[in-house]
Amino acid sequence: MLKAVILIGGPQKGTRFRPLSFEVPKPLFPVAGVPMLQHHIEACSKLPNMKEILLIGFYQPNEEINRFLSCAQQDFKISIRYLQEYAALGTGGGIYHFRDQILSGSPEAFFVMNADVCSEFPLPEMLDFQKEHGDAYSFVILGTTANRKQSLNYGCIVENEQTDEVLHYVEKPSTFVSDIINCGIYLFTPEIFQHIGTVFQKNQQDMLLEEQSNGWHRAEVIRLEQDIFTALAGQGKLYVYKTDRFWSQIKSAGSAIYASRLYLNQYHTTHPERLATNREGGPKTRGNVYIHPTANIDPTAVLGPNVSIGTGVTIGAGVRVRESIILHGATLQDHSCVLNSIVGWGSTIGKWARVEGTPSDPNPNDPYAKIDSETLFRDGKLTPSITILGCNVNIPSEVIILNSIVLPHKDLNRSFKNQIIL
Amino acid sequence: MKALILVGGYGTRLRPLTLTVPKPLVEFCNKPILLHQVEALVKAGVRHVILAVSYMSELLEREMRAQEQRLGIKISLSHEKEPLGTAGPLALARELLTDNEEPFFVLNSDVICDFPFDDMLRFHQQQGREGTIVVTKVEEPSKYGVVVYEGDTGRIHRFVEKPQVFVSNKINAGMYIFSPAMLRRIQLRPTSIEKEIFPVMAEEGHLYAMELQGFWMDIGQPKDFLTGMCMYLQSVRQQAPERLRSGPGFLGNVLVDPTAVIGENCTIGPNVTIGAGVVLEDGVRVKRCTVLKGAHIRSHSWLESCIVGWSSSVGQWVRMENVTVLGEDVIVNDELYINGANVLPHKSIADSVPEPRIIM
Repeated sequence: MLKAVILIGGPQKGTRFRPLSFEVPKPLFPVAGVPMLQHHIEACSKLPNMKEILLIGFYQPNEEINRFLSCAQQDFKISIRYLQEYAALGTGGGIYHFRDQILSGSPEAFFVMNADVCSEFPLPEMLDFQKEHGDAYSFVILGTTANRKQSLNYGCIVENEQTDEVLHYVEKPSTFVSDIINCGIYLFTPEIFQHIGTVFQKNQQDMLLEEQSNGWHRAEVIRLEQDIFTALAGQGKLYVYKTDRFWSQIKSAGSAIYASRLYLNQYHTTHPERLATNREGGPKTRGNVYIHPTANIDPTAVLGPNVSIGTGVTIGAGVRVRESIILHGATLQDHSCVLNSIVGWGSTIGKWARVEGTPSDPNPNDPYAKIDSETLFRDGKLTPSITILGCNVNIPSEVIILNSIVLPHKDLNRSFKNQIIL
Repeated sequence: MKALILVGGYGTRLRPLTLTVPKPLVEFCNKPILLHQVEALVKAGVRHVILAVSYMSELLEREMRAQEQRLGIKISLSHEKEPLGTAGPLALARELLTDNEEPFFVLNSDVICDFPFDDMLRFHQQQGREGTIVVTKVEEPSKYGVVVYEGDTGRIHRFVEKPQVFVSNKINAGMYIFSPAMLRRIQLRPTSIEKEIFPVMAEEGHLYAMELQGFWMDIGQPKDFLTGMCMYLQSVRQQAPERLRSGPGFLGNVLVDPTAVIGENCTIGPNVTIGAGVVLEDGVRVKRCTVLKGAHIRSHSWLESCIVGWSSSVGQWVRMENVTVLGEDVIVNDELYINGANVLPHKSIADSVPEPRIIM
């Protein structure tokens, strides 16, 4: 029997996803038309022995999460529960805190995944790999290849080429260690908790020495990557399954558009019904486009490639949308042009207006390049990036909004370029 | 009567348009700049126009032959082989200008206004002196040469070139009328009329100023070309509104050549000139632009303050603004943003130009 744990973080995490994360918890942000988490859940539910999916995070229970959970339970007919941490306990601390819940029913193994990754989720392959490597208790990290320079931004894995054992693990090193990086998707057996427990005990002892009053809390903060993997490397317990299928982090809004592109492409095999086709009376589509059935789109509009249109969106005559996400209830008036942007819930874009961002896509000539997590500012100037309109933003006719971020509920009255508009 | 038009050389300030066509032949509101001036001169009784050029153009010669026929006048080209300044060309054309005692006009070729040639002749004859300069009131006189003169008589006292402090807000509008006797003052060598000739004439009481009523613009560079276009179209609105296009989809003053084709759901204007054979596809928005002959603007694009060169093609969903000038036969690909680009002829633009620059 199998389980899956998805680490969904909390409001203090994922700040690079602002202002979009002001409206909706990042794990529920729609990527390729469905909430980010749904891609994980779909992959898990395909495994025949998957009995339960647990979401661990420190969001307060809210309407969106509850609604998502009940819909997902109905759609996938599998138990899905949200376990709320009392504080941010780290990638290891969370699962350790809820170990009894995870182990109830005695699963032989369980997946642990970060919510903010976009992946093909080769879960069956990881299960097969685990059976063939090490003993019945070994753990598997999903790894992929990055280019040398970018590998420094991730957890780096040095492996034994013959046995696939993890010999050495360093999280975000400052000098080059390995071009195999940690994808944030793991397959553990119940024995992992012994190792986490050891670290927890040690932390407790350290806390006692320091006489801090919140010692218990700090002892419970455990990071899988720095505290567990680094220690387990070279002990014959940790293995890496390398994949060359698509994978990306989703840290910023720009990477949400890139992840959409990867998932939309995957729909050709997994969900062809989600891809819009050129049909009579419908808009012209180029490449992969997702259009929610409740969207209202003029037939002279041209959408795609890589466009997701949410529920109740209205798109007028002669509108062009490319490499963008249009969120629920937005309105794009006649002849407007939206490129490399995210248009927030309920926003309006006036006639002939142009909303344009700059993509930060990885170099297409480098098969191992990953999307950059650019800093917001460089040399004192805003780095050109995806344009984001928060919810209920009104863009007047005929203006241009270029490489800008507009916070929610703002009415603009002129053009803006390379600015954050509060 | 005669007129001398100082055409000058390569018209570099109006590049890239003047890389294809000599400046006098660039269409301003659907008529070559030169023709605005020549037709007004003919109406005032001029029968012989002399073009002072420093660069000979076959195209210009050919066009002038055609206009001679059409207007029934004589057009000569006076070609200075070395630079003669602003006065020298008059000396070069001395023979042509002095075959009778009538006064002659001299114009700067970049000037557009409601040409007051009849008034100038009358005023000059009344004064009975050697020279009359037309002056016009401007907002920023320190960019030009300022004229200081007596308000009631018009007698000019002095000139101040680009004054640092406010002296007067009247500037030399680039239009003169002279008596032939004045030519004895100019020798055939590089001479500045403002610095060497006028000050002497003013001192001798032979130079008078006539104030221009109505609009005036030096359209020698794209920004001013567009401003001048707005002024001219406003003047058309007042004097011959039937020339302008109106109706649904047209705002303000819009001049459209009858052979142009405009698609559905376009909004054109205010202040737009559309040349012969231009095609505007559906859903195009154009404001404060000149679109020259044969250009093609594809659907859903948005243009403001641009000059689109002859036979150029602007793609779909393009946004062009901020005095973008496309030379002849430029292609702008779909979905680009062009901000203040100056694009040389026969160029294809495949990437956005977010900040003003020149594209060679």
